[in-house]
Amino acid sequence: MKCSVPASVKYDHTFCQGCAQGIVNRLIGEIMEELGTTEKLIVTTDVACGAMNVDFWDFDTIVGAHGRPIPTATGVRKVRKDCLSLAHLGDGAAYNIGMAETMHAAIRDDDVMALVLNNCVFAMTGGQTSATTMLGQRTTTSVKGRKKSVEGSPFHVEKALGDMDIAYLARGSVDSVAAIRKTKKYLKKAFEKHKNHEGFCLVEILTPCPTNWGLSPVDSMKRIREQVIPEFPVGEFIDRGGNE
Amino acid sequence: MQKIMTEIERCKGCYLCMANCPKEAIHLSGKVNHKGYEYIEVDQEKCIACGSCYQMCPDFVFSILV
Ligand SMILES: Cc1ncc(C[n+]2csc(CCOP(=O)(O)OP(=O)(O)O)c2C)c(N)n1
Ligand code: SF4
Ligand SMILES: [Mg+2]
Repeated sequence: MKCSVPASVKYDHTFCQGCAQGIVNRLIGEIMEELGTTEKLIVTTDVACGAMNVDFWDFDTIVGAHGRPIPTATGVRKVRKDCLSLAHLGDGAAYNIGMAETMHAAIRDDDVMALVLNNCVFAMTGGQTSATTMLGQRTTTSVKGRKKSVEGSPFHVEKALGDMDIAYLARGSVDSVAAIRKTKKYLKKAFEKHKNHEGFCLVEILTPCPTNWGLSPVDSMKRIREQVIPEFPVGEFIDRGGNE
Repeated sequence: MQKIMTEIERCKGCYLCMANCPKEAIHLSGKVNHKGYEYIEVDQEKCIACGSCYQMCPDFVFSILV
């Protein structure tokens, strides 16, 4: 089937070799084309690696305060109800620094969509332990591997938000062609619900960070498949019907 | 017939395309682009235009033409 990457997302980005931010950007660009909303998307990124996207796509973009893209994007949606408002952030932003903001957005069932790129580290700052760093995973602040007795256990968003009254919660991955296609379905469903003002939607995507994992791009995808997915299962956790 | 178009200057040499091509139609070119990466080449005969490389490439190297 004929296909080429939408013009709204740029190829000349400076993400590291094998970083999947580009794959996720392509999915966003394709979905915006399919929904006819390329001109209607406003993104609030975090200050981490994803902030570089301000130069890498054509969507109007705000770089929020660290960990706080979700409340910023909620504000954007309140004043621009005709637009889609996406908070784009990493695991460290969503589940460490902005944990309170993530929880309260879910508690209030805010009219906003969050996309969390979970690479199990604070990537931008050099690979420190984050909430989703796996037990045993070596980072610059857990050089012998994360230990439950020292850094606690990995955080699972589906356990924290799984019983909440929110519109959508799913986790996808980018480790294979099939996984990417499935992730696109989750993302598109979330964008559709968000377009219809159905409430809080959060999609987490398991992404590689070859630079901070110290693995090749191909081995990073293998690690997602063999180690990360068994810890962080992919699938849809909440899919609330209709406009509440 | 050309089924895939490649913009090799975009390639960062991650080789996720090679690892995911079901027909092993992608191989190293032995040549280096301006970014300094050894880029890939597609065997248009072996290619079945499934789009796996398009899906996996983070750097938008591939367009499927058919
Ligand atoms: C208030 C504040 N604290 C800390 C930082 C430093 N900082 C910038 S990015 C980042 C890590 C972000 O990790 P994550 O959200 O997982 O994004 P990634 O880089 O992994 O994509 C940190 C700690 C900051 N900019 N502001
Ligand atoms: S540090 Fe990791 S997450 Fe950041 S651009 Fe590089 S590979 Fe991507
Ligand atoms: Mg991270």
